[in-house]
Amino acid sequence: MPPNLHEILGLLPQATLETIYMTFASTFLACLLGLPLGIYLFVTSPAGLRPQSAVYNILSRLVNLFRSFPFIILMILLMPLSRLLIHTSIGPAAVVIPLSISAAPFVARVVEAALEEVDKGCLLAAQAMGSTDWQIVRKVLLPEALPALVSGLALTIITIIGYTAMAGAIGGGGLGDLAIRFGYYRFRQDITLAAVVVILILVESVQLGGTLFSRSLLNKR
Amino acid sequence: MLRLEKISKQYASLQVVDKISLDVPPGNIFGIIGRSGAGKSTLLRLMNLLEKPDSGAMYLGERRVDTLSGRELLLERRKMGMIFQNFNLFSSRNVADNVAYPLEIAGLPRRQIDLRVGELLELTQISDKRRARLRELSGGQKQRVAIARALAAEPQILFCDEATSALDPQTTRSILSLIKNLQKFLQITVVVVTHQMEVIRAICEQVAVLEDGHVAESGAVKNVFARPKSSAARELLHAA
Ligand SMILES: Nc1ncnc2c1ncn2[C@@H]1O[C@H](COP(=O)(O)OP(=O)(O)O)[C@@H](O)[C@H]1O
Ligand SMILES: [Mg+2]
Repeated sequence: MPPNLHEILGLLPQATLETIYMTFASTFLACLLGLPLGIYLFVTSPAGLRPQSAVYNILSRLVNLFRSFPFIILMILLMPLSRLLIHTSIGPAAVVIPLSISAAPFVARVVEAALEEVDKGCLLAAQAMGSTDWQIVRKVLLPEALPALVSGLALTIITIIGYTAMAGAIGGGGLGDLAIRFGYYRFRQDITLAAVVVILILVESVQLGGTLFSRSLLNKR
Repeated sequence: MLRLEKISKQYASLQVVDKISLDVPPGNIFGIIGRSGAGKSTLLRLMNLLEKPDSGAMYLGERRVDTLSGRELLLERRKMGMIFQNFNLFSSRNVADNVAYPLEIAGLPRRQIDLRVGELLELTQISDKRRARLRELSGGQKQRVAIARALAAEPQILFCDEATSALDPQTTRSILSLIKNLQKFLQITVVVVTHQMEVIRAICEQVAVLEDGHVAESGAVKNVFARPKSSAARELLHAA
């Protein structure tokens, strides 16, 4: 084996695992924050179950504000929070917190969009049958929107994979970090290329998995 | 059974329902007919407590219902069934689970739900599709499932909003005769909203003609059809 390849194969698995860890931990936390927020946005939206234009407008603006913030800046701003919560601002675990918080508004919008697509007639029927709002959310909205939510989850994971790569720039670890440390600072384009290939494979698999899963849910109907 | 007293509803500057007074007698099929945009669906949403009127009063039996809120409002809605032009079934649920929905939200135990779902599918003659997915059903079959779902919680009153408007003439007849038979068998009150004269003629005893949010005329179907007094009724007769 040529020495270069040997070196790359030694570096990649660790970096890949770190990226996967950061992605899934951040996705989980982002959904934990974003799902309720997205549901609440939909419920209070003009076409929602309980329109409340003041609440909706404020939340909606906040979400937009967060989303239009350049991720890398948000990340730096949120670093102290990591230091506070897990006593470090370096490494994969430390970036999970800013990553989750930056991705949460994105998740909220994805969820809101998925719920908006649920047939309004179904909601009308559920309301006419005397459902509570919570029953509608749990038994009608979420199940009806499930295929769209699954596609949205795939999109979220892919976005977060992109974020983790950027997080590499500020010492986050993972494939982005590898590409920057070796490829950029030490002119090792081969390592950058390898990292990019792995990222592409990750993104494509999530995309494919999401599409197939969402489609299989639709086919069951 | 259901009495409306000068019920009004306005959207923005549009007076959609304008001081409507109606008396829907119990154990009867009551028709409401009007052109598209006359305010029929809005009137049904008011009757069915999905919307609050701007003014007026509504009584179900002796009880005033338009002022209810919270839990009481939900419980009152559960005593009313509704079916729609587009069926509005839940595509994430199969036939049986659609019919089970109102029983689930009422908190019935699973075993009782299963039994009741069986009875209801029997009643609407769609038992053979119990485990079917919705997309395997024709329009008429979907409406049968919707009727089973609407009747699941044993409502005293069933509202039908253009329930046959998406169906072909033959299916329309079979759904109408099902509604008529169920009304007799279960001794419930049915309110049928439509723009089609044939529907009123086929199953209603009394009719109210709606025009621009007010009742143009009302009475026994045979009288209104034989000697229409309002231009709205004459127009609908000519269209048929
Ligand atoms: N939620 C609403 N907001 C604003 N306008 C409405 C709303 N619902 C109905 N309308 C208007 O009220 C009128 C009557 O509508 P509708 O009750 O659906 O009539 P119909 O069922 O007889 O066709 C229409 O002009 C419609 O645009
Ligand atoms: Mg209508």
